[in-house]
Amino acid sequence: MTSTDTNVSRRKLGKLGVAAATIAALGAVKAASTPARAQAPAVVGKAPIKVGILHSLSGTMAISESTLKDVMLMLIENQNAKGGLMGRKLEPVVVDPASNWPLFAEKARQLLSVDKVAAVFGCWTSVSRKSVLPVFEELNGILFYPVQYEGQECSRNVFYTGAAPNQQAIPAVDYLMNQIGVKRWVLEGTDYVYPRTTNQILEAYLHLKGFKPEDILINYTPFGFSDWQNEVAKIKQFGSAGKKTAVVSTINGDANVPFYKELGNQGIKATDIPVVAFSVGEQELAGLDTKPLVGHMAAWNYFESVRTPENRAFIAEWHKYTKDPKRTTNDPMEAHYIGFNMWLKGVQKAGTTDPDAVIDALIGVTAPNLSGDVSALMPNHHITKPVLIGEIEPNGQFNIVSRTPGLVVAQEWSPYIDATKDLIGDWRAPMSCGAFNVATGKCTGGGKKA
Amino acid sequence: MRRVLLLLLFVALLPLMPVMAHADGAADALAAIGSGNLDQMRQGIADLAASGDPRAVIIIESLNNNTLFENDDNVLFIQNTDGSFVNAATGAAAPGLTADALQQVFADIRARAVINQVLGQLQLFSPDAATRLNAAEALFRSHDVAALPILAKAMAKETDPAVRTRLEQAHAAAVLFFKDAPVDQQLAAVAVLRARGDLDSRALLASLSGQPPEVAAATRAAVETIDRSLQLWGILQNIYYGISLGSVLLLAAAGLAITFGVMGVINMAHGEMVMLGAYTTYVVQQVMHQVAPGWYQANLLFAVPLAFLVSGVVGIAIERSLIRWLYGRPLETLLATWGLSLVLQQAVRSIFSAQNKDVDTPVWMSGDFHLAGLTITLNRLYIIMFAAVVLFALMAALRYTPLGLRMRAVTQNRLMAAAMGIRTPWIDALTFGLGSGVAGIAGVALSQIDNVSPNLGQNYIIDSFLVVVFGGVGNLWGTTVGALTLGVINKFLEPIAGAVLGKIVVLVLVILFIQRRPRGMFPLKGRAAEA
Repeated sequence: MTSTDTNVSRRKLGKLGVAAATIAALGAVKAASTPARAQAPAVVGKAPIKVGILHSLSGTMAISESTLKDVMLMLIENQNAKGGLMGRKLEPVVVDPASNWPLFAEKARQLLSVDKVAAVFGCWTSVSRKSVLPVFEELNGILFYPVQYEGQECSRNVFYTGAAPNQQAIPAVDYLMNQIGVKRWVLEGTDYVYPRTTNQILEAYLHLKGFKPEDILINYTPFGFSDWQNEVAKIKQFGSAGKKTAVVSTINGDANVPFYKELGNQGIKATDIPVVAFSVGEQELAGLDTKPLVGHMAAWNYFESVRTPENRAFIAEWHKYTKDPKRTTNDPMEAHYIGFNMWLKGVQKAGTTDPDAVIDALIGVTAPNLSGDVSALMPNHHITKPVLIGEIEPNGQFNIVSRTPGLVVAQEWSPYIDATKDLIGDWRAPMSCGAFNVATGKCTGGGKKA
Repeated sequence: MRRVLLLLLFVALLPLMPVMAHADGAADALAAIGSGNLDQMRQGIADLAASGDPRAVIIIESLNNNTLFENDDNVLFIQNTDGSFVNAATGAAAPGLTADALQQVFADIRARAVINQVLGQLQLFSPDAATRLNAAEALFRSHDVAALPILAKAMAKETDPAVRTRLEQAHAAAVLFFKDAPVDQQLAAVAVLRARGDLDSRALLASLSGQPPEVAAATRAAVETIDRSLQLWGILQNIYYGISLGSVLLLAAAGLAITFGVMGVINMAHGEMVMLGAYTTYVVQQVMHQVAPGWYQANLLFAVPLAFLVSGVVGIAIERSLIRWLYGRPLETLLATWGLSLVLQQAVRSIFSAQNKDVDTPVWMSGDFHLAGLTITLNRLYIIMFAAVVLFALMAALRYTPLGLRMRAVTQNRLMAAAMGIRTPWIDALTFGLGSGVAGIAGVALSQIDNVSPNLGQNYIIDSFLVVVFGGVGNLWGTTVGALTLGVINKFLEPIAGAVLGKIVVLVLVILFIQRRPRGMFPLKGRAAEA
């Protein structure tokens, strides 16, 4: 044919080609924007709600945290068996921050921005919580924090299902002071924010109660500390001044194991110098020979030995799920149980998983705990809890020796520290403030972002 | 007439009344113990002891030993060592009763304090001397004034000298709390306690108040004397702690002294060799539980050679596959072995799990004993002895065996050794294997005192390098002296500066020392350049 014909057919070809490419591109864009139906779970037509689990599965804190991952998986599985949440399946997203505090922040960011989870259940050490706090506040996520801590915090994005100092530390010190008659105190802690702040509060409290500085010994050791010979000898010596001495232990992680072994080795019995621990529960005792430790104490809001039908049912379910009749339950597990049920109720109340709506809807939600009471989520984002003191028994369980008659409301800002004694947290409108100073009438921090 | 009969009946029954009262008293006391109310339990224990019931001691001992149970009707049972139960009050066997149907009765520490006091008095006349000794000690700690008459009676009857001394101390303790005791008796009591001279007697003396002036003066003087002697013993105790820490460091660093010192290879995976040794111990214990439980208490004796083999073989494999391509390139070796350490940690995590594993301490290694004013914990003592044995074995191997001779030859002059017909690559591999094997043995020791986890090696790698560099690279004596010095300095700093600051200060001191003497304390002379 002539060149004109070729040109014309080339132009036609070009137009055809452009048209084809455009259609193909449109098709690809459409395909990309529609979620792949083939990956959706059995519930047709609704995407699953993702729940993040941010607990160390390796490293020095794995001894305490990995069981919390397992209980969350059990709770999610049970809820899915009941039909999920608002007709949608719950999908757990598990990450391992490996007892590495900066990694906690990275993993939190990943959960919130990449996996787009509706809520995160996680953290143990206060340093891990402090690391993830800016991430949750920046990305407006929801964190349920199940572990007893030092207070002095009230974030809009965090729900504290563990004990504040007035729900654990202060009642424990009161018990030692009034029931055991302790006159000399050793505050033994791991060197990070939780023991440092708790000891600051306890020191102020003890001074208020009339104890002199020379009767208070404060000592810190690093994470994973294993050579306790010297420290335990120091405790023994401090306890030989003629007054009843006790140790208040905020030691965290697997450093507890050699600590208790050394107490046993040096023959310190609970009848001589009792140790009350705030971070030692059934899980930490599971690997220890507890016969030399009989009589030493822990203060929590729940013990596996609590005798209620709810607790028996929970333990039975746990043994069935883990296929291990010897697996222990502990306080942070109960805190996740309460927190998870509260979150479910909050989402149902709000009708959506949108964080702002859920955060507002959660205040006032109640859920039963495993000791036969009903826990309430207060405007300060903390829950009401009973305080129990238990003594270690040879089988690694706790004999409950003291219990508050009712539930205690958390005081997140310590009244014993000058800088915080006038602060309260209240996230209901119109106050919407985590650190409201009642003396000056101003919101000093953590106010709701516009 | 009827009145007379009634009176006679009453008089006849009179002798039975104390027994019946005792029986009632004992029954009430048992009910209080099983009541679940801790205040009532304390009272119940005291009442039971005072009741004179013949089974009182057995029941109270059972409560103390955590073998007391009760059923839903609050009837108390005692569990025998074979698992069967007897009725606590009558001693009658209760066949067919299992622990599921019962709840354990636990004493809290306040009740245990009462038990100690009460058992002390009841067991003072036991036929067994050890029981009498414990009873006297319990009475010493409780310094109960009401026990004075019974103590006097026991002292008069006592034949065993050790028990007698303890009874005198218990008597002296009680006298000092008896305000109406004559002054000369109180002074004598202070002297007895001063002679005892330990932390417990110091605590007791320091807690006294409101005494007559000469007694108060004597008490103060006694406390000062005890404090001075305790201070001296405290220094010796710190040295002991330092030596025990040093022995641990030595075990961890000895293998590194060989690989780093002899071969100049920076092995960042050395900590993982230690960790493999610790896990070998765990596996040996698990296997022996199943296969040969009768030999279980000797498990460490089996674990040591096995750990040496496991870590040694892994060490040889590392050398043959990785290190031998990197001789003379320390930075690459450092990076490669660092990567290898991460791989090994993850491998162990995948095989075993990321959780800590429990390694038992054998019975013969648990507990402590007192040597004059020193408290010696048995596990640490055995580790010190073990470290010495390993050190001398290693030195003997290097000096007296043909392999050791070849190793030293290769260290001192590689080219010459090769020229003499020594197969230097094979010697390198075996040297690396030996160093790793010693690290494995260290892991067996460390499993007794530290948590066994995949991160175990990370806790010791830095300290091992510190010791080797400080003591002088390549010299086992240097490593020994370095380890002991660092251990003792660390332990002396700890009470003053705290554990965290103490470690920092030691690190700074080592850095300053290396500035002055870069080759360490005892450097090897005549080292040739690497191949």
